[in-house]
Amino acid sequence: MLAKRIIPCLDVRDGKVVKGVQFRNHEIIGDIVPLAEQYAKAGADELVFYDITASSDERVVDKSWVSRIAQVIDIPFCVAGGIKSIEDAGRILEMGADKISINSPALNNPALINAMHDVYGQQCVVIGVDSFYNDATGQYEVYKFTGDENRTQKSQWQTLDWIKEVQSRGAGEIVLNCMNQDGVRKGYDIAQLSAVREVCEVPLIASGGAGEISHFNDVFQQADVDGALAASVFHKGILNIDDLKADLTANGVPMRKRHALPNAQGIKP
Amino acid sequence: MPEIQKSQRQKIVIVNTGCANISSVRFALERLGVTVEVSDDKDVITRADKVFLPGVGTAAAAMASITQKDLSSTLQSLTQPVLGVCLGMQLMVESSAEGSLENRLGDTQDDIPCLSLMPGRVARMEANGLRLPHMGWNTVSHNDDTLFKGIPQDTYFYFVHSFAVPEYAHTLASCNYGNPFSAAINKDNFFGVQFHPERSSDAGAQLLTNFVNL
Repeated sequence: MLAKRIIPCLDVRDGKVVKGVQFRNHEIIGDIVPLAEQYAKAGADELVFYDITASSDERVVDKSWVSRIAQVIDIPFCVAGGIKSIEDAGRILEMGADKISINSPALNNPALINAMHDVYGQQCVVIGVDSFYNDATGQYEVYKFTGDENRTQKSQWQTLDWIKEVQSRGAGEIVLNCMNQDGVRKGYDIAQLSAVREVCEVPLIASGGAGEISHFNDVFQQADVDGALAASVFHKGILNIDDLKADLTANGVPMRKRHALPNAQGIKP
Repeated sequence: MPEIQKSQRQKIVIVNTGCANISSVRFALERLGVTVEVSDDKDVITRADKVFLPGVGTAAAAMASITQKDLSSTLQSLTQPVLGVCLGMQLMVESSAEGSLENRLGDTQDDIPCLSLMPGRVARMEANGLRLPHMGWNTVSHNDDTLFKGIPQDTYFYFVHSFAVPEYAHTLASCNYGNPFSAAINKDNFFGVQFHPERSSDAGAQLLTNFVNL
């Protein structure tokens, strides 16, 4: 049976892993490569690296760390941030990333989704959506440039419409960042994720709000997401991935087992 | 480490298909302690002890690249062990239904001709209502003592794909996602895996080791 995925997310700024609260006040957590290695060894099913400065300040960003990550980890990983063209995407994939996530550039140029699908295949096209629940209007609204609080702006899209649009253009997976919940560890936005799940026919990854084990159980069982992404609970050591997976397994959520290979052999002489 | 010294005398070549995931396959092999060369040179490929055929993306794009590099007949004439990975595996059969976006919901276009290293056809997965792409870790069953030596039944491997080769005479290992499909295929010296061993943790490393040891 296909396992549900636990996905630590590492926000990257200037080559360091950082974490903010509701997309602000970033503090440095550590260096990228050792953290990536540590999470792979700890049982993460996949990793996401968001270069949170890239889209918002329009400079050419050094992505050589992608290659350094690909050298050391043996689980899949996705890179997001500042990928504006199929050439940008190609360079990241050549460095060893498995998937490319685009967010603001897809809002500015939706045809980029079609182009990435046609050149690299649907399986590597991930669309990140930063969605904010507007209490006044009762609508879910898509935001862009969320990496920089001074440039964050509302797009013209409502979330459910945008989800349908990106699928029609060839998206292979959607990561829904529920902005109201980000970094506050009060639980995933089950209502919003359930609404998106209704219209989302490709894998859906929940992001924003994880604080304790029960939040993961809730999001898998109530919103039927394919994976759950989290940052601070892992960075701060609040949750251990093995403990989390043991609890989810006991509650009937299918999790990847790591296998002992009792007869493992090395390269033959 | 005499093992590594010896294994470095094996000439292991990754065919430069012009697709992505070449780096991740190369890094995975280097983590095992073997040296590899990435090449689209016919002589280098032909003289290799082991050949990897990587690939992600669409069959149409990959076959266009192979045709443009004039590598089809070279690949078809290989007699040493060859391992196709993901799309690289799909290129090993006769044809693929995977083309452009218009083709996502049905096989309305003509198939893309592939390398015909063994019989078979790649079709859009019949996932029986489950979501596509089939993305994530799934269990693999096998009855094989070559590629899967030392790998327990129902070990998890990492998959990312929407098209697959159904189970058939050349299936070496199976996976089930709505319906069973070929997780690995084999004919003579040609092996292919639908999953990504380079991204499948310890089990993937064991499979790559087994292939290098063939």
